[in-house]
Amino acid sequence: MKRNIPHEIEPLKALQEFTTARIAIGRVGTSIPLKQSLEFKLAHAHARDAVYSELAVDKLTSSLGQFCVPVLHLHSQVTDRRQYLQRPDLGRRLNDASLNLLQDYRTENDVAIIVADGLSATAVNENTKGLLDALIPLLSGNGFKLAPMSLVEQGRVAIGDDIGSGLNAKLSLILIGERPGLSAADSLGAYLTYNPKPGLTDESRNCVSNIRHKGLSYKKAAKKIFYLISEAFKLQLSGVELKDNAGLIAES
Amino acid sequence: MYRHTIHHRVYKFADLKVLLGKASPYRSGDELAGLCAGGYEERVAAQITLADVPLKNFLNETVIPYEHDEITRLIIDEHDTLAFSQISHLTVGELRDWLLSDETDCRTLTAIAPGLTPEMVAAVSKLMRNQDLIAVAAKCGVVTRFRNTIGLKGHFSTRLQPNHPTDDPRGVAASIIDGLLFGSGDAVIGINPATDSPAAVSNLLNLMDELRYRFEIPTQTCVLSHITTTLQLVNEGAPVDLCFQSIAGTEKANASFGVNLSLIEEAYQATLSLKRGTVGNNVMYFETGQGSALSANAHFGVDQQTCEVRAYAVARKFKPLLVNTVVGFIGPEYLYDGKQIIRAALEDHFCGKLLGLPMGVDVCYTNHAEADQDDMDTLLTLLGVAGCNFVMGIPGSDDIMLNYQSTSFHDALYLRKVLGLKPAPEFEQWLMRQGIVDEQGNMLPVREHGLLESLR
Repeated sequence: MKRNIPHEIEPLKALQEFTTARIAIGRVGTSIPLKQSLEFKLAHAHARDAVYSELAVDKLTSSLGQFCVPVLHLHSQVTDRRQYLQRPDLGRRLNDASLNLLQDYRTENDVAIIVADGLSATAVNENTKGLLDALIPLLSGNGFKLAPMSLVEQGRVAIGDDIGSGLNAKLSLILIGERPGLSAADSLGAYLTYNPKPGLTDESRNCVSNIRHKGLSYKKAAKKIFYLISEAFKLQLSGVELKDNAGLIAES
Repeated sequence: MYRHTIHHRVYKFADLKVLLGKASPYRSGDELAGLCAGGYEERVAAQITLADVPLKNFLNETVIPYEHDEITRLIIDEHDTLAFSQISHLTVGELRDWLLSDETDCRTLTAIAPGLTPEMVAAVSKLMRNQDLIAVAAKCGVVTRFRNTIGLKGHFSTRLQPNHPTDDPRGVAASIIDGLLFGSGDAVIGINPATDSPAAVSNLLNLMDELRYRFEIPTQTCVLSHITTTLQLVNEGAPVDLCFQSIAGTEKANASFGVNLSLIEEAYQATLSLKRGTVGNNVMYFETGQGSALSANAHFGVDQQTCEVRAYAVARKFKPLLVNTVVGFIGPEYLYDGKQIIRAALEDHFCGKLLGLPMGVDVCYTNHAEADQDDMDTLLTLLGVAGCNFVMGIPGSDDIMLNYQSTSFHDALYLRKVLGLKPAPEFEQWLMRQGIVDEQGNMLPVREHGLLESLR
C-alpha cells in the first residue's frame, strides 16, 4: 500500500537510539502518521485484552500440581471484571466458600505460594510455570516447607496475606499479573509478606516485578525472590525494613 | 439537616458533607467510599436541595472540622469577606445562574475569586452540566509568568514531559529535543524522575538548565521530585526554576505525601529567593487529582471532587505558575471510564480557574480504565474550548516511565490548529527564530538543527 510519506524526519531518527519513547515518528499535517497510530492502537489492544483475560485454570492446576502439594481453587468476593476494576476492597478478600476451604488445609508451614490473575491473567498463564520451575527447587532444596498452593480468581495483591494467614504460613508469596503497559501486557509481579495477616499494606511487602520473557528472566527472578525470602526468615520481617543488601534487586 | 420531598418521598441529608456527596454526578470513587446517592432520584433531590443552600452556610458549616485540619483553617482564616460581599446574598443555585449570566465577565470573576471557598465552588459545579463548566471557565482568565507568559487568551501551552525509565540523560535529552522541534515545552520542561535521590535529580536539573541556557529557550525547567529533595537542592545551589509538589485536600492526605503547609511555605520562600524568573516570579508547580484523599484513607467522608477542590486552596496560597490535575492517572476505582474522566477534568479545570488558579490538565488514562484515545481527543478538544492553560506533551502519548497514556506533541499541534491558539508569546518568537515554525505559526519541515547536534 502506498501512502503519503510523512514529513522529513531523518535528522530526528538518530535520536531513537537513546530511548524507547515514541520519538521521531513524523507527522501528517499535525497528526501522527497512520503506521505509528496503528502500532499504538495494537499495543493498547494487547493491554486491554490482557485486563480481560482469564486464568487457564486446568493448565495452571496441572503446573502447580507437579510440586507435590495440594492445589486449592479460591475466589475473591468480586463477582465479575467490571466490579473487580471498581472495588479493589472486594478483590483483597476471599469469599466465604474459599475461607471455609482454607480451614481444611491449615498446617504448620513456611511458604504459601499464591497465584492470582490480578490485572493480567495472560501474564500468569504465560510465566507462572517457568518461574516456579526455577524457584521451587531453591526453596525445597533449602528446607523451606511449602503450604498448599492457591490459584485465585479476581484477586488483588493483599489477598495473599489472607490466604497465607489462613494456611498458617510464616510467609506468603503471591504471583500476580501486573497492570498492563503499552510496552508489555504480560508482566508478572511477585510480592512477599513475612508473618502475613489481613489488613497489612504495601509497606509490609517486598516486590519483584517485570517478570516475563523479554523482561526479568525466570532464573534471575527466582534468585531474587529466594534471596528476599531467605532474608525475611533471617530477620523475621519484610517490607521497607528488608533491604536488598546483596544488590540483587537493582541489577534488573 | 437538609431535606427535600419528591412525590411524598422525603429525602434527608444529615449535613453539608453528606449533601455534597449525594449531589455529585456519579463516579466510581464515591461509590467505593460509600458516599454517592443511592439512586438517580436521590441524586437529583440532593442537587435540588443543594441549590437552595445559601453560600453563607459554607462559612459556618465546614466539611472537615476547623480544629482537626489545617486546610479547613486555611480556607476559613484567609477567606476574603470583601470580595465575598458581592455574592454573599446568593444561594448555590443562584451562584450558578450568576456565573453564567452575560453580565458576569472575566474582571468580575477575578474580583470575587478570593471570596469563594473550595466547598462553594465544588457545590456549584455539581449543579452544572459539562457545557456550563466550559462556558464559565472560558470566561475566566488566569495569567502567570516566570520566563514566559502563560494563560493569555488565544494561547495554549504544553509541559514537555520527557520521562525515561532509568533517568538516562541522553534518553531524556532525546525526548526533550524531539518535543522542542515539535513546538512543545512552553509551560515547562518537566521530568518525573524514576528515583528521588538528590544526586540524580541534580543531574537532570543541570542537563535541562544547560540546554535551556545554550539555546536561550524562554521557558522553565523542573524535576518533579519530592519537595524536601527540591528544598535541599535549592539550598545547595542547584538550578531550580520551579518547586514541584503533589498536594491533596486534607491535612491527613498531605501528610501521606510527606508535606504540610509550613513545609511548602519554606520551600516556596527558598525557591523565590533564587530570583531566576525573568518576566515574573510564579515559582510553584502543583499536581492534584480526584481520589488522592480517598486513596490515602484521608477523606473524612467528603466526596472526592470536594476534596480535590480543597487542594486548590493549598495551591492558591503559593501563587503557582502551574497547577495540573492529573485526571485519569489514578485508575478506574476512582474514575471508571471516559465519561467520568471527562466530567472530572472539566470540573477540576472550572473549579481551579474560578478560584484563580492557572489550571492545566493531564488528559490521560491507564490501561485498566474504560477509556481510549478517542475519549482523550474529546476531552482535549473540550479543554481547548474551555481555555485550559496547558496540557502535557509526551512522545507519541506513551509515557514509558509512568506507564500511562497522556497527550502527545501532535495533540497540542492539532488543538492549536483547529482552535487558532498560539504558544506562549515569548516561546513562539523563539520557535520562529529557530526555524521550527513559520511566521504564521505553522510547523516547518525538520532540518538539521543545533539541538540535534547537541546530543552527538
